[in-house]
Amino acid sequence: MMTEIALNILDVAENSVRANATLVEITVSVDEKNDLLSVLIKDDGCGMSSEQLRSVEDPFFTTRTTRKVGLGIPFYKQAALAAGGEFYIKSEPGVGTETFASFGLSNIDRMPLGDINGAIHTLVVYNENLDFLYTYKFNDASFTLDTREFREILGGISFKEPEISQYIMDYLSEQKAETDGGRNV
Amino acid sequence: MKSLEELKALRDKMQGSVTLRNESEASTRIVVGMATCGIASGARPVLTALSNAVAEKKIEDVAVTQTGCIGLCQYEPIVEVFQPGKEKVTYVKMTPEKALEVIDKHIIGGNVITEYTIGAIMKN
Repeated sequence: MMTEIALNILDVAENSVRANATLVEITVSVDEKNDLLSVLIKDDGCGMSSEQLRSVEDPFFTTRTTRKVGLGIPFYKQAALAAGGEFYIKSEPGVGTETFASFGLSNIDRMPLGDINGAIHTLVVYNENLDFLYTYKFNDASFTLDTREFREILGGISFKEPEISQYIMDYLSEQKAETDGGRNV
Repeated sequence: MKSLEELKALRDKMQGSVTLRNESEASTRIVVGMATCGIASGARPVLTALSNAVAEKKIEDVAVTQTGCIGLCQYEPIVEVFQPGKEKVTYVKMTPEKALEVIDKHIIGGNVITEYTIGAIMKN
């Protein structure tokens, strides 16, 4: 069981990496008026057949061969439903996959968003062969991190260079603090 | 707010001084399991601790990367160390603190911390 929504996002987005996506879009929205926290993860990876799609919510289905259970999506879905939210997953072979999860913001059973900056940083820095478009919305404010922009500036310099990795972490923390006023979601 | 101008300044400062590192050429590979099992048991802070330590201590020739599940979920977070000419070392039930010890004693010092390896844990 994950303890933070951020870890679910990290886990589910890793599936996009394995699906050979070239772009993964992650949008986290906090909407106090409608009392909702929602997460959209969309990739342009290999997608899934309707048969596979039916089985991903089943914990006893996995594509891996090292073990017999696949808990990523079931954990994520359970976390959303337990917090009065909704969950769906859509996929088309050759087009990509999209997951959406919402959580009741003030629901007592909603796990904290957690270290979302750390999760996005890990995804971006350790998966340099694909691009991420991350958007964080807090009511009417928002910011984005687009690795395509960063890459264009950096040319061949790796995100793993300590200075760049630190810049990405600072970018995420400062932009997020500016967007949500440093709120603990 | 961080601006992209700052990133451009960083780039200009680094260009020339940075020898573009090629990970496939790094002789030591430290690999962290980051599948559902790893993440749920705390692999992310372990990965961060390892890569920060490698950067801060300016250890050359070491690449920190991630992998999926190797089928030993009950022992996660798992860190594997691959070094040329040596047998793979599998550290289990890692924490950021233990990971730093691995950097100091094993990667820098050259001594495997046997008590954290899978062999030691399975004997108990």
